[in-house]
Amino acid sequence: MSLMQEMISRALTLGVPLTVHLDLTYRCNEHCIHCYLDHEDHGEMNTAEIKDVLDQLAAAGVFFLVFSGGEIFLRTDLFELIEHARSLMFCVKLKTNAVMIGDQEADRLSSLHLDCVQVSIYSHRPEVHDGITKLPGSLERSVAGIRRLRDRGVKVIIANVLMQRNLADYAGVKTLAQQLGAEYTMDPTITPKMNGDRSTVQLGVSREDLKSVFRNPELVGKVTEFCAVPPAIDDAVLDEIPCSAGHTACYVSPYGDVYPCVQFLLLSGNLRRQKFLEIWRNSTEMNEVRSIHARDLPVCSTCLHVGTCTRCPGLAYMEGNMRGPSLADCEKSVARTGISTDESAHEDFPIAVD
Amino acid sequence: MSYFDQYVSKSPAIASRVLGDETIVMSTVDSTLFTLNPTGSIIWECADGITPLSRIIEERVCKEFDVTVEQARADAREFVDKLAAHGILRISDQPVAESAP
Repeated sequence: MSLMQEMISRALTLGVPLTVHLDLTYRCNEHCIHCYLDHEDHGEMNTAEIKDVLDQLAAAGVFFLVFSGGEIFLRTDLFELIEHARSLMFCVKLKTNAVMIGDQEADRLSSLHLDCVQVSIYSHRPEVHDGITKLPGSLERSVAGIRRLRDRGVKVIIANVLMQRNLADYAGVKTLAQQLGAEYTMDPTITPKMNGDRSTVQLGVSREDLKSVFRNPELVGKVTEFCAVPPAIDDAVLDEIPCSAGHTACYVSPYGDVYPCVQFLLLSGNLRRQKFLEIWRNSTEMNEVRSIHARDLPVCSTCLHVGTCTRCPGLAYMEGNMRGPSLADCEKSVARTGISTDESAHEDFPIAVD
Repeated sequence: MSYFDQYVSKSPAIASRVLGDETIVMSTVDSTLFTLNPTGSIIWECADGITPLSRIIEERVCKEFDVTVEQARADAREFVDKLAAHGILRISDQPVAESAP
């Protein structure tokens, strides 16, 4: 067991929320075609409120803190918030499009000893990237921002969300990442909008394309391991928890709403009315999420894929039932292993098929 | 100057948190993760750059863990040298303002 795994296991035993994803704003200077957010400002927490939340998170034992959005650089208090977070010794990761990172911003970020800055790049071709972000010149500006960070030694991860529109460009983005001295990660998951609108999901790669992605060693590493046949269903498999959401991780919105995860929009409390630990420890919703193990999933517990499925309980929740399957992950399991699921079992659950 | 008359301070390029009776420390330079046992956690907590290592050992480690000064010094030296080698603790023969954020 690695030190990281030991730490997560220890946090799980102690009931500590090791990781919190905090969206500072939903406002954005890009308007990506696949984005799940409502970019209107419905009353963001102010500087003092967020600093108080950070104090509470530190006291609760949170170690990994992700500042995301929306575009975080649209907050004029961003550096004040990062500085406060670092004074509390959080391991801070930023998610940004880097469009607004000039020399001054890069200098300040460099001095704050962040864990990393993750930047979304969709293609190495401006016409494709800018076509997705709907912001002319965004690729050029994002790359310039990354270059400024790398020149100052800041670790950068390029996140490449794969859709039908940019699937052919992953190799170009990977090469760009190498040229910039950045790490590369890809994700073929397109989620429904927060309001339940599933139109964005149609932008995702097809099942056939997903098979090609999962069999590409440049994207997934060791294909034989990644696409391995799932283990037999036994007690160890059935005792597994679905994911870290609500167990060692949670999500806080710009409005102070607390959820198990950014993709699991089961409202569990609000930090304008309650203390973080009160929500984390006592909310009915968090405790319900924690009570669910693989054996409690009526369909998935008997599915051949249960041992390796990346089932997202948040997507399942958006599809109608947090104990049901998540269609997107069923697709991924089939694409990965080539083994089909018993699709008739899904009829018991209201899965929206796009 | 003896090794134990020196001052220890945390690097600014770290993140840390107490988890149960241990402390997690991560270097933001290379993402290396360390977990400090209860003794190491006390030295880490007291590494403010203005308290000599000898005082940390005598006033905190020996009292809280019922060990001799000699034993505590041997363990502390190994601990401090290891963290200093990774750049997450700094050793100085002069007091320094704590440099961690």
